[in-house]
Amino acid sequence: MVFDHVGKIFPDGTEALADINFTVNPGEFVTVVGPSGCGKSTLLRIASGLDHETSGDCRIDRSNIGYVFQDATLLPWRNVKANVELLAELHGMSATERAELSRPAIELVGLSGFESHYPRQLSGGMRMRVSLARSLVLRPPVFLFDEPFGALDEITRELMNEEALRLFTHEGFAGLFITHSISEAIFMSTTVHVMSARPGKIVASYDIPFEYPRSPDLRFEPEFARLNGELSRALRGAHS
Amino acid sequence: MSDVQPPVVPGEIKKISRPAGSLASRIIPPLVVFVGFMSLWYLYAASLEERERKATLAYPHQVLQDFFGGGPTGDQPGELIKAFGLSAMVALVGLIIAMILGLTFAILMNQAKWIETSFYPYAIFLQTVPILALVPLIGLNIGFGLPSRVLVAVIISLFPIITNTLFGLKSAEKGLHEIFTLHDASRMTRLFKLQIPAALPAMFTGFQISAGLSVIGSIVGGFFFGRGAKGLGNRVQVYANNLRPAELIAAILLSALLGLAFFLFFGWLGKRMTRNWHQPI
Repeated sequence: MVFDHVGKIFPDGTEALADINFTVNPGEFVTVVGPSGCGKSTLLRIASGLDHETSGDCRIDRSNIGYVFQDATLLPWRNVKANVELLAELHGMSATERAELSRPAIELVGLSGFESHYPRQLSGGMRMRVSLARSLVLRPPVFLFDEPFGALDEITRELMNEEALRLFTHEGFAGLFITHSISEAIFMSTTVHVMSARPGKIVASYDIPFEYPRSPDLRFEPEFARLNGELSRALRGAHS
Repeated sequence: MSDVQPPVVPGEIKKISRPAGSLASRIIPPLVVFVGFMSLWYLYAASLEERERKATLAYPHQVLQDFFGGGPTGDQPGELIKAFGLSAMVALVGLIIAMILGLTFAILMNQAKWIETSFYPYAIFLQTVPILALVPLIGLNIGFGLPSRVLVAVIISLFPIITNTLFGLKSAEKGLHEIFTLHDASRMTRLFKLQIPAALPAMFTGFQISAGLSVIGSIVGGFFFGRGAKGLGNRVQVYANNLRPAELIAAILLSALLGLAFFLFFGWLGKRMTRNWHQPI
């Protein structure tokens, strides 16, 4: 996934993105962190093909992309299993094929036993897991995450971070993650880009040196705190 | 790589519970109102009797007798029940036709903007034209028999079905639409797997409103069109003209009861269809 001098100007003249340059390779987990309204989500929409760049070039194989939205965006009239099977269904797979694909995905996110529950019976964290399982079913080599855990409470969010990392090490996809939480960005990523607002521009980039799998206690390491401080300062700079 | 299952705390599962008030607290207040209303009715009827104006209002128990036929002023036993059955049939047939037409129109309007722009103003016309004014025209053109009564029921119940379904088809979340877009879903797939299921609650709200209206349509129609079998509308007219208040009230109550039965049935059906996911606000 390559962003080559990508820029985006909306029809009303707002410049959302300017000169975005970075690459995400398989096995890399890249996070873009920035203030609200800086165009982070627009970046993902361009990557997925839901929106188009107005300058530069975004090169990515769009045949099989996993996209995790801000909300779980489940079909409320379908139970967990039917929700997880949705994408396979849209690609015309048979019921047996779908069941074969959905079972391991549901297992992987820890929802075995909840197949026949409906979304409204589940907590926010569990809904997000269903959403993850749904994206996993087609085993996409590219995963886009649009602030997926922003609405969850802190502990659930940390658990979900660990969950997502487990999936990352298990599947080895190329991940592009959007968030406004610095510690989430450091905990998850191989590389973190800091974005400024209006127009959205990458102002600083950091390689995160920690090995995978990462333990939850990593968050309390001095090196983690140091990076946290450095990114915070960069982000403050981006804000002003 | 650890494959440890994340903990799922049982407390995370929410129970689906229905609001439970105690039975007594829901039954006693309306019962008190009912008894009060009945007392007033008896008092008023008695005062009319004193002033020898019996022809304008009857006692409740006389009304009750009429439900089973052979009331004080004498009609064929079961006449009212027969009329009830006929009106119910007219309303039901009208409603089913309106549902088929309404759903078809709403889906077409949703699929092609030009159909919506071309037809929607006339759909509003259907809603705003006073049905009483339209009825004689229908009678003059297609006769005063059963088909006219059905047509009145269709016309009066079409609009709520169209608007509610149209609204429902547009109600699916943007994010859900984007998932379908990302996976190149066809128009039909989007319609049947996303839009129509998402429209169900609104659709049933439309059916429910129209169910009550179709009963009104069938009775108003019967009021004007006396040819063929006689419905409740015709009974209302005959009893009013012949100054038979007990039967008149019985006919009015039956009409209301019919509307209520339709309304409740579709409310129940809609809730049942969406019981797993839709929480009424």
